[in-house]
Amino acid sequence: MLELKNIVFNAENDGKNVGILRDISLTVDDNKFVVITGPNGGGKSTLAKVVAGIIKNNSGQIIFDGEDITEKSITDRARMGIGFAFQQPVRFKGMTVVDLLRIASGKTLSVSEACEYLSEVGLCAKDYINREINASLSGGELKRIEIATVLARDVKLALFDEPEAGIDLWSFNNLIRIFENMRKERNGRSIIVISHQERILNIADEIIVIADGKIVKKGNKDVILPEITGTENAVNICSRIQ
Amino acid sequence: MVQMDAVQKRLFQEVADLHGIPEGAYNLRANGQAISRNTTANIDIQSKSDVSGIDIRIKDGTKNESVHIPVVLSQSGIKENVYNDFYIGEDCNVLIVAGCGIENCGSQDSEHDGIHRFYIGKNSRIKYVEKHYGSGDGSGKRILNPVTEVYMEEGSTMEMEMVQIKGVDSTERTTIAELKENAKLIVRERLMTHGKQQAGSIYKVDLKGDGSSADVVSRSVARDDSYQKLDLCIIGNAACSGHTECDSIIMDNGRILAVPSLEANNIDAALVHEAAIGKIAGEQLIKLMTLGLTEAEAEEQIINGFLK
Repeated sequence: MLELKNIVFNAENDGKNVGILRDISLTVDDNKFVVITGPNGGGKSTLAKVVAGIIKNNSGQIIFDGEDITEKSITDRARMGIGFAFQQPVRFKGMTVVDLLRIASGKTLSVSEACEYLSEVGLCAKDYINREINASLSGGELKRIEIATVLARDVKLALFDEPEAGIDLWSFNNLIRIFENMRKERNGRSIIVISHQERILNIADEIIVIADGKIVKKGNKDVILPEITGTENAVNICSRIQ
Repeated sequence: MVQMDAVQKRLFQEVADLHGIPEGAYNLRANGQAISRNTTANIDIQSKSDVSGIDIRIKDGTKNESVHIPVVLSQSGIKENVYNDFYIGEDCNVLIVAGCGIENCGSQDSEHDGIHRFYIGKNSRIKYVEKHYGSGDGSGKRILNPVTEVYMEEGSTMEMEMVQIKGVDSTERTTIAELKENAKLIVRERLMTHGKQQAGSIYKVDLKGDGSSADVVSRSVARDDSYQKLDLCIIGNAACSGHTECDSIIMDNGRILAVPSLEANNIDAALVHEAAIGKIAGEQLIKLMTLGLTEAEAEEQIINGFLK
């Protein structure tokens, strides 16, 4: 499905070249639910953006379904089946929720089909379908709509960048349910979630821990989770709120 | 009745959503001549005798009727001034659709300057839709300078949808309104300029009566080398409330000058203005690209939504 070979990304900071991703190699097989965790600033989000083409890696190779996509644009990668849910979803003045879901699905989505995606993310469809994606929506609502845009696409690989960031506890419980459902109904699709949350880590097949631009741990959930539980890499939602 | 040709039909469709002859009262004007007119028991349309234009008289209590008065110019080099006056009775509820479409494939400028005056009776509700559209690839300019004057009696409501999305080279739009007690004005303007177009849009709303209110919102997009000046002014002369908003996107070398202004002459006047100009946010483009759109398609979707 996805293979990263020796990915390097450097960023300029105060005139210095700082290594954000330092030689990352990994493989995600078909039908896998992978959670990437690790301390803030360790390079997790950057890595996800490199896979989606939003950030261009300085060196290394990205292979998706056997094809080298390193030089491909965001659009090309999206059309090949890579989906990305942003940590901080953007707002669009004037555009409605159903407009965005139609763009996401790439077809003339009927209202009832659009409603199904909204119901899946726990939003009452009739209240939201014609809402503008503007400042009147809360962070939690935006986040769920963002996830619905990924569900509406027929993707082979779905990337979620800290889906729990900025949402309340009630929304978080819904979010867990969404990921549990996605895990059940994978149909060959792979899912990569960036998260610190123990409950999300708990439904992973594999866990990857990234710190300081490098992979420090990688393996089966049953092996990795006990090693990181109680650290900042696997927190309980309540302890984070406290 | 003069037959419409294909170009005229297309222009009528663009400016008034007309696919044929509308229902209710109408006056269709093409290339400086009235080509078709219909009146109803409640709505009368008469040609003016002193200047070019029509008087539209709507009887008291007229409900759920519509008036269409679109104009199209398909010959190059036509210049016209047209005065249309609407005398609307009390307790009416009427839809008025105007608009002008110009197709100029020739080398001479075509210009239509429409002066619309609305006298709205007590407690009447009017919805006014005005669309302007230009097409044709001749070197002659397409020029529209509409003037709209709205005089509102006690308790009346006017909702104006003013749209100019495409093809008009030069426009100076002026709208003035005077509101008596408890009258309410709502304006939604949508403007897009491209190429080397110049557009000016001026609103001057005078809130004269206690309890009157105005909400004037302009959303605009300036692309290529076009220029827009948006001048939205509300004057509060009574215990009233007013809100103006200019929200604009600039692209390429587009330029916009937004001048929202407020004048409060009464201690109980509550007035607010907002103005924002900026380019399309990079994150918006990236989000839509991750959904499979190209950058150009993403821009188009963002603009479409913004001007909807």
